Amino acid sequence: MQLDCPMPELDFDIITLGHGSGGLLTNKLLESGVFNLLSNDKLDTHHDGAILSFNGAVGFSTDSFVISPIFFPGGNIGELAVNGTVNDLAMCGAIPQHLSLGFVLEEGLSMADFWQILVSIKSACERAGVQVVTGDTKVVEKGKGDKIFINTTGLGPIHPRADIRMSRIQPGDKVVISGNLATHGVAILSVREGLQFETDIESDTCNLNHTVRALLDEFGPAIHLMRDPTRGGVATVLNELARDTRLGVDIHQPLLPLDEQVEGACEILGLDPLYVANEGIFIAIVEAGQAEAFTSKLRSLEHGENAAVIGEVVDAHPRQVVLSSNIGGKRVVNMPVGEQLPRIC
Amino acid sequence: MKFLTEYRQPELVAQYLAEIKKAVTRPWQIMEVCGGQTHSLVKNGILNMLPPEIQMIHGPGCPVCVTPLNLIDKAVFLAQEKDVILCSFGDMLRVPGSQKSLLQAKAEGADVRILYSPLEAVRLAREKPGKEVVFFAVGFETTAPANALSVLQAAQLGVRNYSILPSHVLVPPAIEAVMDDEQSNVQGFLGAGHVCTIMGTEEYYPLVERYHIPIVVTGFEPADLLQGILMTVRQLEKGEAKLENQYSRVVRPEGNPEARKIIAQAFEVGDREWRGIGNIPHSGYHLRPEFGAYDANIKFDVDIPKAKESEECIAGLVLKGIKKPHECPQFGKGCTPSSPLGAPMVSSEGACAAYYHFSQAVSEMA
Repeated sequence: MQLDCPMPELDFDIITLGHGSGGLLTNKLLESGVFNLLSNDKLDTHHDGAILSFNGAVGFSTDSFVISPIFFPGGNIGELAVNGTVNDLAMCGAIPQHLSLGFVLEEGLSMADFWQILVSIKSACERAGVQVVTGDTKVVEKGKGDKIFINTTGLGPIHPRADIRMSRIQPGDKVVISGNLATHGVAILSVREGLQFETDIESDTCNLNHTVRALLDEFGPAIHLMRDPTRGGVATVLNELARDTRLGVDIHQPLLPLDEQVEGACEILGLDPLYVANEGIFIAIVEAGQAEAFTSKLRSLEHGENAAVIGEVVDAHPRQVVLSSNIGGKRVVNMPVGEQLPRIC
Repeated sequence: MKFLTEYRQPELVAQYLAEIKKAVTRPWQIMEVCGGQTHSLVKNGILNMLPPEIQMIHGPGCPVCVTPLNLIDKAVFLAQEKDVILCSFGDMLRVPGSQKSLLQAKAEGADVRILYSPLEAVRLAREKPGKEVVFFAVGFETTAPANALSVLQAAQLGVRNYSILPSHVLVPPAIEAVMDDEQSNVQGFLGAGHVCTIMGTEEYYPLVERYHIPIVVTGFEPADLLQGILMTVRQLEKGEAKLENQYSRVVRPEGNPEARKIIAQAFEVGDREWRGIGNIPHSGYHLRPEFGAYDANIKFDVDIPKAKESEECIAGLVLKGIKKPHECPQFGKGCTPSSPLGAPMVSSEGACAAYYHFSQAVSEMA
């Protein structure tokens, strides 16, 4: 991300405890450009909170972002924080409109880094068409945080044609994935200390709300469920679905869309792409008769070019996800125990 | 991914399966020694594609599973020492010690880091001269060259704040331990392809002769494994006992002389304890005395009392193929991947974890 908004002239270059005190320094920080950067009619009122009006059902979601490193190939923690909550709302069938933005900054964070993150937040909001309407900044002592943590909470009206509920899932429904698996997780791993490896894999973090909205416009109630398989990956989402519906899920390894470089990296690192974190993709459970049309529409939309039907919901093996491997063998894909740890050999 | 996809072709796999079915006339018990092979058998769903006559027994070749409890306790102790950075391969972190795992120690504030290479640990030691960097050097012959090289490199560069906690075990003595057990019913072995890539195949000839068992050095891709099983079955059906090399595209009879030289420079063979199995003579590598300064056992004078293994865990019998994981009364009840009693339930290569994931599938998918 290029800095298209130059950082204002400041008389401080790192964040100090005083910037979270609520006093003069906090004001200085906010007035330095934060408000200008994210400016909109609701934020500009400088109230303790935003005053919003809604009619009808509203989607409401929150997420905290603690990623390390904060800058990674393909993005940074700022745009991740916007896209993450925007996508969570979209998965509920909501049309994201308003965000809150909470920062926990660690003393010593460079103002240049913070500014770059803010600029990314601004562009991500513009891309998603959402406004930051309220916010908060706290500073913790050095060592009590990890440079910057961000919480975003989002609101938006539910799309009139959306009816997203776990209970609507039926045997025969198709499992559709909107793009390549494991890209984000592998991009992050490639720059983690001790694991660095040479690759040009970039995180796929992006906002999915426009894509999802176009799908809801056209397919509405044929979409039974949507989930973004972030932490825990695709395997976790499908296991939760099998557990909660008491149905089985079959997926087919040859149908899983996977970038060749990502596949190679997983091979070398001993990771199963089904368990690796994603950002820019979602899983949809779609009525069988509409699944093909849904998938080809998705392929024509932004961020959907690699979409594929990867499996189906079945009566057999209730509460279990079963994968047919490339060679025709079968195995149960379990819920991961914890973070996936690289194998020795 | 050339050189991999060729060995994952469904047509090739189907062909080998058909040939195995044609060749087999009665039940055979074949042990795959290496955890990497266990992992691939499970991951690709091969176990339920084999004819029922063929029983694969998951062997002791999972380095995580056979690392003694006492050594894990030592690693945890060191990790909790002030100014120590303990580095380890990833899947060692969740293995329970007698009190806690490295992952728990990390959560409590210990500086534990996952690395892919011990050379990274040497680099870390150079970057942090005020810290003691200890690498938990776990593994079979496969990881030995890199671990040895890290010590040689540290010595050459004069890095004094680096040491390893070696837990190196060897495959041939493990095969002996399995065969020497009166209860063992293993009839043939898939040799560990990666281990033989380093060590070569010579040391397996005496085993084939002594125990009159087929050993087929085998790779890790689906077609490799099935071809290795086919070669073993054909020998068994004919009553033969030969050493064969299925993985000849990688494994040479002499192994990798350069890697063996590096191992020999840093390590010497000595007795080793195997978790669940006990002491096996000449079954592991120890650092040579001249590298004592790089041996965490010596450097830190850690004396941890030997803790007792869980009495309910039958890992030893499982690792030798005498009992199947699901024959353990605790299997899936008191012992699951999220709260394991023994190491084979922890690693994805461990026999119990493999069975835990797979046995559910058997009941449902049959």
